[in-house]
Amino acid sequence: MVAPVLIFAIGNESRGDDALGPLLLRELDAWLKANGLSDQFELLEDFQLQVEHAMDMQGRQLVLFIDAGMDTRAPFDFYRAQTSDTPVLYSHALAPEALLKVYAQFYQESPPDVFILCVCGERFELGDDVSLQAVKRLALAFEFGKKLLHTPEVAAWDGQCMQKSMGELMSREDNSRVPA
Amino acid sequence: MIDAINTKGLETAAHPENLRRVAIEPVSRVEGHGKVTLLLDENNRVQQVRLHIVEFRGFEKFIQGRPFWEAPVMVQRLCGICPVSHHIAASKAMDMIVGATLTPTAEKVRRLMHYGQMLQSHALHFFHLSSPDLLFGFDSDVAKRNIVGIAAAYPEVAKQGVLLRKYGQEVIRVTAGKRVHGTGSIPGGVNKNVSLEERDYLLKDIDQMVEWSKGAVGIARQLFEQNLDLYNGFGTFKSHTLNLVRADGAMDLYHGGLRARDMDGKVLFDHYDYRHYWDEIFEDVKNWSYMKFPFLRSLGPETGWYRVGPLSRVTQCDFIPTPLANQARDDFMAFNGGSATGATLGFHWARMIEMLHAAELIRELLHDPDLQGNELVNIGQRQERGVGVIEAPRGTLIHHYKVDEHDQITRCNLIVSTTHNNQAMNEAIRVVALQYFDGREITEGLLNHIEVAIRAFDPCLSCATHALGKMPLEVEVLDAAGERLSSLSRSSDGAVCTLV
Repeated sequence: MVAPVLIFAIGNESRGDDALGPLLLRELDAWLKANGLSDQFELLEDFQLQVEHAMDMQGRQLVLFIDAGMDTRAPFDFYRAQTSDTPVLYSHALAPEALLKVYAQFYQESPPDVFILCVCGERFELGDDVSLQAVKRLALAFEFGKKLLHTPEVAAWDGQCMQKSMGELMSREDNSRVPA
Repeated sequence: MIDAINTKGLETAAHPENLRRVAIEPVSRVEGHGKVTLLLDENNRVQQVRLHIVEFRGFEKFIQGRPFWEAPVMVQRLCGICPVSHHIAASKAMDMIVGATLTPTAEKVRRLMHYGQMLQSHALHFFHLSSPDLLFGFDSDVAKRNIVGIAAAYPEVAKQGVLLRKYGQEVIRVTAGKRVHGTGSIPGGVNKNVSLEERDYLLKDIDQMVEWSKGAVGIARQLFEQNLDLYNGFGTFKSHTLNLVRADGAMDLYHGGLRARDMDGKVLFDHYDYRHYWDEIFEDVKNWSYMKFPFLRSLGPETGWYRVGPLSRVTQCDFIPTPLANQARDDFMAFNGGSATGATLGFHWARMIEMLHAAELIRELLHDPDLQGNELVNIGQRQERGVGVIEAPRGTLIHHYKVDEHDQITRCNLIVSTTHNNQAMNEAIRVVALQYFDGREITEGLLNHIEVAIRAFDPCLSCATHALGKMPLEVEVLDAAGERLSSLSRSSDGAVCTLV
């Protein structure tokens, strides 16, 4: 039996602010354990998303991807990932939105409700430390994350969304605002 | 056989100031920053073609000063695509540092991990990164030419790709201890064996993985059969080769001596001890590229470049030591008089033969009781230099370290597969440019031909960069004065637009 909520952090701890996802995941993990809430959640992390991660989403009621962002809303952004019909360029790594499409094709069913918490980063070079700005944003994102995990329900999370989707943001503004 | 196309002179045009410049940036479905520039004359004749790759340059800084035993774990952070390859190559180098001779259990657990990586990486590349081009066509509808299009049109292919990839990741999890940031391989051995429970878990699905891998070899062959001229000739060129082979000449992806052959198949060196690789391999620098150009010292920088990876390994070994893959190799070598063995698109077929080999080896190893052994580490006389070489999914991977008396790494050098293939990829796109671009108007489908040639090598530059999807694909056509005449752009959502 899988936990109803999956929290999936994306990032590389040796690439400066790309560590934000894994660091936030660890803080949330400790908080869940301290508050006896761990049973409802499974926490996973990887450097980047790939096709097989669609299988981690099966059987969940809610999925939260945590990632660092380049030039994204500061201190953080929170929105629902939408499967769209727009073709998605892909590489060895996938965006959460592309993963939703893979899920739908693979299982022939609608994916679970997926949300993205994107913490704005500043520097991403190999060997960089986490920037001071990112450390401050991490603290704020942690407070926000606790609120989410305290009420792991779709309606409650929808109510916290700062925008409808990243796709909407990108079409409204520019295409440089992407999760790192 | 296809006649070789002469690309001489296409690295640097004689009079670039009078030519139009076309840039493909970035190259999609390739990690990192890849950019292609073409210079065309007034008749759209190709005068210069270059692949520019922003190579990772900070590795030394990242790793120097760290204790050597950290290296196998730390180097995984270089690359989100092939962390296991770096994990194992660094471990092999550190084996030298600690003077280790591996126990049977340690070597077999590492091999299992490595074959898991090979299986998942090759599956991802064939089923999800290349199949859109191969199954839909190089200039098919760009909106469909992606992973989602494949899933819709070929659901079984897409599903097998996901499950093969997942299985390989499970092999890695079992052997490395974790799904990511594994710590399984350590200097001198491994820190865990494979329990009977873990073995049985992996055995459950391995026959299916072998069957699907066999099927994938069949798909690759079918692609050649259906369009022989295209597959034989597309981006095809002659080159020297480099790869590891076992002492008896068999394919060995984990360990062996270096074998280099010239473009006519003559052996240049064989079973060469990779611990002295620098006596045979050197790296050239060119003023137009961030990435180095390795070459065979004996032939020099101009003509000594070579090709690594699945095509070299499959064609240059004497045999493959698993029955199904060896039969598949025999078929590949004999096909149409051997034409696929030198074809750039032959990489895909060779890659699937290797995937089958990896699946067979996993099955073989899972029945080996040494996996449950308890002798995990063996340490000997401490050394100051360590070199580890493996055949990673994309080709030969070299890790080289020096460690001081305080156990700190003082120097390191990496030559990754994509660097080995730098000149070869340049050759491939020059041939494609001459085959398809000369005298024609630029279209998105035409540009994708260049990308198809690059993707055949499965270059991975994740070590080089981090951000994905940020830059659009852009093509600019400039006149002799540098003024933009027109521009073709593919944005990060796949839409193509023409600006004038």
